[in-house]
Amino acid sequence: MTPQPAPRPARQPQAAVGTPRSRVDGRLKVTGQARFAADHGPADGIDGIVHAVLVDATIGRGRITSIEARAALAVPDVLTVIHHGNAPRLPYRDNSFPDSIHPPGERLRAFQDNHVRFFGQPVAVVVATTLEAARHAARLVEVTYDAEPPQLDLVTAPAHEPDIYTRGDAAAALASAPVQLEMTYRMGRNHHNAMEPHAIVARWDGDRLTVWEKTQWVADPRNELAAVFGIPQAAVRCYSRFVGGAFGNSGRTWVHSVAAALAARELRRPVKLVLSRRQLYFGIGFRPAYEYGVRLGSERDGRLTAVVHDVRGETSRYERHSDDLALGRMLYDTPNFRQDVRLVPLDVNTPTWMRGPGWSTTATALETSLDELAHELGIDPIELRIRNEPADDPATGQPFSTRRLHECYTTGMREFGWHRRSSRPRAVREGDWLIGMGMAAGAYPAESAPAQAHARLGADGTVVVRSASSDMGPGTTTSMAQVAADALGLPMWSVQFQLGDSMMPPAPVHALAWTMASVGSAVQATCDRLRRKAVALAVGDDRSPLHGVPADEVVVRRGWLHTRADPRRGETYQQLLARNGRTHLEAVGGYEPPEEIRYSMYAYSAIFAEVAVDARLGIVRVRRMLGVFDAGRIVNPKLADSQAHGGMIGGLGQALLEHTVTDPRDGRILNANLADYLVPTNADATDIRAIYIEGVDNEAAPIGVKGLGEVVQVGVAPAIANAVFNATGRRVRDLPITPEALLMPR
Amino acid sequence: MFPFTYTRATSVHEAIEAGERGGRYIAGGTTLVDLMRETVERPRALVDIVGLPLSDVSATPRGGLRIGALARMADVAADPVVRQTYPAVAQALELSASAQLRNMATIGGNVMQRPRCAYFRDVSAPCNRREPGSGCSALEGYNRTHAILGTSEHCVATHPSDLAVVLTALEATVHMVGPEGRRATPIGQFLLQPGDTPDREQDLRPGELIVALEIPPLPRPLRSGYLKVRDRESYEFALTSVAVALHIRGGVIHTAKVAAGGVGTIPWKLPAVEQHLVGRRPSPDLWAQAAERAADGARPLVHNGFKTELLRRTVERQLRIVGGRS
Repeated sequence: MTPQPAPRPARQPQAAVGTPRSRVDGRLKVTGQARFAADHGPADGIDGIVHAVLVDATIGRGRITSIEARAALAVPDVLTVIHHGNAPRLPYRDNSFPDSIHPPGERLRAFQDNHVRFFGQPVAVVVATTLEAARHAARLVEVTYDAEPPQLDLVTAPAHEPDIYTRGDAAAALASAPVQLEMTYRMGRNHHNAMEPHAIVARWDGDRLTVWEKTQWVADPRNELAAVFGIPQAAVRCYSRFVGGAFGNSGRTWVHSVAAALAARELRRPVKLVLSRRQLYFGIGFRPAYEYGVRLGSERDGRLTAVVHDVRGETSRYERHSDDLALGRMLYDTPNFRQDVRLVPLDVNTPTWMRGPGWSTTATALETSLDELAHELGIDPIELRIRNEPADDPATGQPFSTRRLHECYTTGMREFGWHRRSSRPRAVREGDWLIGMGMAAGAYPAESAPAQAHARLGADGTVVVRSASSDMGPGTTTSMAQVAADALGLPMWSVQFQLGDSMMPPAPVHALAWTMASVGSAVQATCDRLRRKAVALAVGDDRSPLHGVPADEVVVRRGWLHTRADPRRGETYQQLLARNGRTHLEAVGGYEPPEEIRYSMYAYSAIFAEVAVDARLGIVRVRRMLGVFDAGRIVNPKLADSQAHGGMIGGLGQALLEHTVTDPRDGRILNANLADYLVPTNADATDIRAIYIEGVDNEAAPIGVKGLGEVVQVGVAPAIANAVFNATGRRVRDLPITPEALLMPR
Repeated sequence: MFPFTYTRATSVHEAIEAGERGGRYIAGGTTLVDLMRETVERPRALVDIVGLPLSDVSATPRGGLRIGALARMADVAADPVVRQTYPAVAQALELSASAQLRNMATIGGNVMQRPRCAYFRDVSAPCNRREPGSGCSALEGYNRTHAILGTSEHCVATHPSDLAVVLTALEATVHMVGPEGRRATPIGQFLLQPGDTPDREQDLRPGELIVALEIPPLPRPLRSGYLKVRDRESYEFALTSVAVALHIRGGVIHTAKVAAGGVGTIPWKLPAVEQHLVGRRPSPDLWAQAAERAADGARPLVHNGFKTELLRRTVERQLRIVGGRS
């Protein structure tokens, strides 16, 4: 597809979009003035706040036989201990709203029965007037259990019926393929480990509930808490202006939020509940572990004839979380493809989305297997991929809106110095280090969802645009202001974008890399409408210098409305409003995705990595990484780099460090802290670079973006694993790659 | 955190009196406060000793080094005398913890660190260190990071300190003051293997306070260095680590001091390696032969078997790095 020019009825000059702007809220964040969920209190009119601390189950499965709270209640300042023995039964209506993001199943309830479903499940909540008292008392609650051995083995536990995707006849094609490979990959469980802990402040005013919540979607606490407490959605309001990282674990509303709201209702006081770092490994989801069986059949020239994926992924016993594992269906031109995905219910809390959900998982299996095939056939890994590049989407037959993956490869090869890679493994040595290069491709759906916005132009010429989105870190507050500024012809400093309030015009969950496509398009539409309103007022006003000018001949630059032909003929928004006696102009607008999707729309990545492996000591160091991304229009290259670097560092963690360790005897998580669960440090991630292939995708979204936040982590881990193979000749199929997997004989 | 009282000692004498009455000494607090939050530690009384005049770092008359117990890790690592006389000490400190922790933590506290074990830190798990007789969860549990040397059926946790590995190699002395006066003991006897009493981690009597660590003079020229193998490049404990000091004269090794970390319930002195080196000429073969003795007596568990070979290789590598330039 050749990109078509953007439909720009406004024909506004692009001044802010596309430029590397610093975060508008950066100063607030680094000076501590940005108030995150747990920072709310008297300054927000929340008086008499009390503190809640959860008591966590210490068995992996079973029943509570008794809860003794006397010692806890004897601690001065303790107000109550709520558990299944004394908690009111809550309505717990279905949260089956059309846009619910909760997985199918029976959700975990707060203190409604004596079942323990996983280690660390909240079994009680202690509330006190001081945090210290609540924490101490939580330790003094004595819980006895009737414990059963938990089922925690992904490989041996019984699985649900498989979800099967098939095209062609993969089995027959595999059997007759001249080249056949069979491998099994395993990926460890990952936790999100956002900087900000989950936190909520809950306050009841009669039957109305207000929460200040860490969330990627202010609509979900509203919907979920309304359903749990059996009150109308309109009776719940959720604020979440700042989010200190989430990576997917703050999409749905978890049980601790219910516990806080319940405690607040019981005590008739505002309650604050902040999860401890340890508790962040218990009840707020994780990237599930996977076992990924791969069989490949190909011609001698590398053309894939059959791909078979047999997948096992973990979920909880009470809900079915399934990642979207569709990368294998669309990345390569394979006529015969079969994928069986089996969810394995285990005694764990329900997994959830984590950056590049599903797609980064499949990329590890698919892209490592392609590297194995390339090695087997003696074909360059990039050449192999190009030979299997499809003309149209092999899963749907639809044309691609834009697919610049080939360009990602060629750009990456040039910029990374791919020609210096030895095709023979273990061929490059520098002292004690073996050096290797690897690459992998990735993709992530370019989706969008309905969104609305409201824009208000004040008499002083400044604009406030609002939409109930979130900003978990990508810089949405900044990038939306850029979109609004250009649509209105205003400088950035006179535009403010506000988000994080469920009373604002609705926005979809801030996830799936679709916020710019959805909310950005809504902001643009809304601000276009507002600008047109102003222009209409001017051209219809006989006192305006623009009187009588055709409306589409008027453009706005830096707040100056003028004719396209003569920039001197015009006036400011302020002049226009003052003369007309208007205090403000406002507009509401929105974005609806097209009902019929005619194109296959994805963002793409090509990731390159160079590693050094100390083969005697098993140490792997990533020397440099390059990500080349086809993500459509880049609204803010500085924020994009922040996204890309973060995603690639996350992929580095997946490849080499991150692995939640569970004791199979009782489900105890053994590295539930940031000293033992290893995320990359700055020293691990030294030289990281991102390149964005220029272009817009007008099919994917009116503003031409395909989404960046997820695809930046897709393909990173396999690129590193492939580089390790190139360095050492050892193929490690389990992530993370540990020193013990690389200790080689002399 | 369990309730506790807090007092500040204005003199060593005052501190010892408070310690004798059951007070726990706190200096940088980087271990103790952390463990108090996890309720692993539940002291009733804290005695803050950070104001005591015990932070001097100085050369001793015959070329040794004396480090005050309250000297901060960062300050010791940056000290020119330390860097010149025993660079391995500075290296070990710089490879420890994080910059923030090194700015707070003291040398005495570093040696006094509690064992590295997830079950020890989790009060809902049985642990003989915390509750003697409750059982060791790590023996049959997840024990990748645990010890292969000096273990007992009661405990297999490693000692976490990097610095203590260097001090053990160099045969440092721990100087203490207590109700009965001054006392000094070699660090190899000060830190205790778990044996049947895993809750006893140091040879420290009630009220005794570490005042200094002293590295004895060693013949010069002396080459020394510390190598740490770990999963992550920064802020991570050792899978294996090795401290080596060699005095080579006339092409022959006259003195060899070697100890390993990450593998023992205490920093593990390697006398068999040392003995193999002394009197011989440096060579790649010598390093390899000596390193073969590094894991003598190792008893690997289910998940840490790799440490046996990794330890030998770490020793061999570090012997080459320190002694290779002959």
